[in-house]
Amino acid sequence: MINIGLGHYLTLAAIIFTIGIVGLFLNRKNIIVILMSIELILLAVNINLVSFSIFLNDISGQIFTLFILTVAAAEAAIGLAIIVVYYRNSSTINVEKIDSLKG
Amino acid sequence: MLAHAIFFYTFSFIAIVSAIMVTVSKNTVHSVFFLILDFISISCLFIMIGAEFLGMIMLIVYVGAVAVLFLFVVMMLNVAQQKNQWFSAQESSKHIPIGLIVSVIIFFELLIVIGGWKYKPDLVSAMSLTIDQEITNTHSIGYVLYTDYIHIFQLSGMILLVAMIGAIVLTFRQRSGVKRQSYFSQISRERSDGVELIDVESNKGVKSDD
Repeated sequence: MINIGLGHYLTLAAIIFTIGIVGLFLNRKNIIVILMSIELILLAVNINLVSFSIFLNDISGQIFTLFILTVAAAEAAIGLAIIVVYYRNSSTINVEKIDSLKG
Repeated sequence: MLAHAIFFYTFSFIAIVSAIMVTVSKNTVHSVFFLILDFISISCLFIMIGAEFLGMIMLIVYVGAVAVLFLFVVMMLNVAQQKNQWFSAQESSKHIPIGLIVSVIIFFELLIVIGGWKYKPDLVSAMSLTIDQEITNTHSIGYVLYTDYIHIFQLSGMILLVAMIGAIVLTFRQRSGVKRQSYFSQISRERSDGVELIDVESNKGVKSDD
């Protein structure tokens, strides 16, 4: 318990990843919270990459974390822009009411 | 070592609790605040473990840009007032058990992978980009990022450019019925458009058309 190893960080990442998945599945109300859950999932992946990079003494994991950060920022910007346009058109972002595709 | 353990458990506890609060919070603004807290505690973990550059970049990019963007959109769309009732909608209640089952299965799969995982024997010899302990973390990232990964680095710049253009194109709209200044018509206005000279005879006056 006292010696913090790779397994502790991987477990933390697994817990946060699962919380993100739970947020994706169970939130049926607001589509912004779904985007936030996706951010949580990407954060868990970042924790995995950084902890492997440190404990295996290899720098490339941190490089890939930088790229994931870039993609996450771009994805958040595009997703929020789509939400703004959708809200402007239909004046709701309620997940229950977004069913024009009848999926 | 004890301090490391104490800090790890503190920050990871805060991170997990705030991640749970992101998903279960009724108010969307509170969710964004807890997301900020989550990012801050994870970046503290990164700084503690030895990835200082990434921890600071996480603070700048996520807390400084992404979370504030979320906050702007939440406030702009006025969804904070519409209460986020959980488990109340009749339609959604049948998704909840299946979603929980799938999440629990995913969690145990991840735990099995973490528990049963071990190094491949020739892995350590195959690694080439080892971290030099003499130089700082930022130095060692910079040495690799601009040499070995330069193409991916430029590609990520292109991704950011495309995202910026896409966000602008999506949210831009031309409003109708808005009065604007037209510089061209103002500058190209001639004297004959506005002024008319009339010779007025005495005792007759000017007959105005309107």
